[in-house]
Amino acid sequence: MSDTILNVEDLKVHFQVPRGGFFGGRVPLKAVDGVSFELKSGETLGIVGESGCGKSTLGRAVLQLIEPTGGNVAWLGSNITGLDAKTMRPYRKDMQIIFQDPLASLNPRMTIGEIIGEPLKTHYPEISRKDRREKVRQMMDKVGLLPQMINRYPHEFSGGQCQRIGIARAMILEPKVIVCDEPVSALDVSIQAQVVNLLQDLQKEFGLSLLFISHDLSVVRHISHRIMVLYLGKVMEIAPKDAIYADPRHPYTKALISAVPIPDPDRERNKEIVVLQGDLPSPIAPPSGCVFRTRCPFADDECAKTAPQPESVEAGHTVSCLHWQKLGG
Amino acid sequence: MSPILNVKNLETRFQTLDGEVSAVNGIDFHLHKGESLGVVGESGSGKTQIFLSIMGLLAKNGRSTGSVKFKGQELIGMKTGELNKIRGVTMSMIFQDPMTSLNPYLKISKQMNEVLIEHQGRTEEEALKESIQMLDLVGIPEARKRVHMYPHEFSGGMRQRVMIAMALLCKPDLLIADEPTTALDVTVQAQILDLMRNLKKELDTAIVMITHDLGVVAGLCDRVMVMYGGRIVEKGDVRNIFYDAQHPYTQGLLESMPRLDEAKASKLHAIPGQPPNLQNLPVGCAFQDRCEYRKDQCLSSIPNLIEFAEGRAKACFREAS
Ligand SMILES: Nc1ncnc2c1ncn2[C@@H]1O[C@H](COP(=O)(O)OP(=O)(O)OP(=O)(O)O)[C@@H](O)[C@H]1O
Ligand code: SF4
Ligand SMILES: [Mg+2]
Repeated sequence: MSDTILNVEDLKVHFQVPRGGFFGGRVPLKAVDGVSFELKSGETLGIVGESGCGKSTLGRAVLQLIEPTGGNVAWLGSNITGLDAKTMRPYRKDMQIIFQDPLASLNPRMTIGEIIGEPLKTHYPEISRKDRREKVRQMMDKVGLLPQMINRYPHEFSGGQCQRIGIARAMILEPKVIVCDEPVSALDVSIQAQVVNLLQDLQKEFGLSLLFISHDLSVVRHISHRIMVLYLGKVMEIAPKDAIYADPRHPYTKALISAVPIPDPDRERNKEIVVLQGDLPSPIAPPSGCVFRTRCPFADDECAKTAPQPESVEAGHTVSCLHWQKLGG
Repeated sequence: MSPILNVKNLETRFQTLDGEVSAVNGIDFHLHKGESLGVVGESGSGKTQIFLSIMGLLAKNGRSTGSVKFKGQELIGMKTGELNKIRGVTMSMIFQDPMTSLNPYLKISKQMNEVLIEHQGRTEEEALKESIQMLDLVGIPEARKRVHMYPHEFSGGMRQRVMIAMALLCKPDLLIADEPTTALDVTVQAQILDLMRNLKKELDTAIVMITHDLGVVAGLCDRVMVMYGGRIVEKGDVRNIFYDAQHPYTQGLLESMPRLDEAKASKLHAIPGQPPNLQNLPVGCAFQDRCEYRKDQCLSSIPNLIEFAEGRAKACFREAS
């Protein structure tokens, strides 16, 4: 696990949205605003943050499913930012995505054999129908679906099974990276564990890299090697998974972690919660300086003036806060 | 002290085109004043339908039998007119989506005042004052101004608070909360849970918390009821459930949760298989297909919920572990 397969630099996605109100016109909504990270082969990078912080947009922009407004995405050293669909095509094989709502992301009129085999048909039209179905059966078996169900339709499957279908479709081209956008959020806890285990098994077997987007910090801690915390389109902190829980440095990371309910009555009742004031500011009018300052218990005048840059806490651990050194661990 | 809610052998069936759905089966439990009960279980295990049955809010194709005594009064079979004197007054329910209880076209002040005028006989002026107080209590900043806003003018977390304020207007003895924080971000969820803990302490409100999040239960509830296949499979104090679970499903559920506070083994313990179809429950224990302790008896008869220690019960044929 050493070679970098994906290098994202200063990535920006700004949407133009109606201003609303009397004067009309359009204003930029900075969904992703200067995000940088790298992903190594066989690695899982968890992306966490609250609703509207830009997690899904980031995942799609990395795959060029949304055109970035600025910055670069390099795939194995070559820049793929803004490539048109045709030039992008050979790269697509290596990069897949799975979604939160398992059933809604599957075409209801296709059999699951057709759904799982579709990427093969697109990228390898020369493969015969018979060979394709054979490959689909093998993949179904790998993800824990009975191959004899190949002619069934999505609505005949449970949520967990639909997610397995989505995973089989994403895996059929043997990609190098999968963006998982809240892949287990809609599933029951007992089924969630099955799908998380499956993703980890596939990762081991195929040396897959995963960008694992989720609002559930417990799942992210379990599956990730490193974790990135987003707030209003900006990276607050990136750290190895144990460090982000044992030694969080950003005030937002600390608040986020303290707010997660722990399924242990004694610990949960005795822990200290950093309660954040107020709500997420509108992404159309983010605060000046540090975007977190309106909810930060430690904000001062400086935070309104200067946008913090990522600083290194130790190898592999960076934090974007003007006062992190003063605040301690 | 007699319980404020006492449920005996509650059964709810839905008639559908492809057969009968046994959503709620032989449910027994009670709740005291100021107590909080967590209700957990998989999606479709009947959590919501138990409490819709209790509130008399079932869909048209549903029918309940058994007994639900609330403050000594029998609710099953009660006329709608009588139920309306209880619902939203001494017993309130809140939901995941606040818009199920708020009218999008009416200002909050109007919606809240109406309740107080109709059920508590307040004047317009008194009602407004109490509404503002209640919004204040649930942590709405500038309540005096915001009471005149429409629901859509509030953020998700604030709207949830408004709904809680509505539910609490008449100081109910029982608040039933159905996944009230599931759609919220964790930092906002922490604020709402904090609010509910304070309500319980200050107003002595009994709380039912229906949730799939065992962390929420660990922080808020005194007792826990675990549902599977429309039945209660385990009941007990919160510490017993978390530290000494007895039913194989409860044990599996706890083990399958990834933990934020500790690194778990590299592989999660997953309960194999899927939850049962309530339209076609197996003969015997509903958990049989997924249970590692299954024996012949489990396939042929349904285990009763049996009290095996003071305040603790489980529905399983397996000897104590
Ligand atoms: N009107 C209805 N007609 C037929 N079946 C119904 C009806 N309403 C609910 N059910 C069924 O009753 C069962 C129990 O549903 P319930 O809503 O209580 O589950 P739950 O435990 O609250 O699940 P969740 O965690 O998803 O909210 C389900 O199988 C559901 O499909
Ligand atoms: S009754 Fe039997 S099948 Fe059901 S949970 Fe107990 S041991 Fe398992
Ligand atoms: Mg429910």
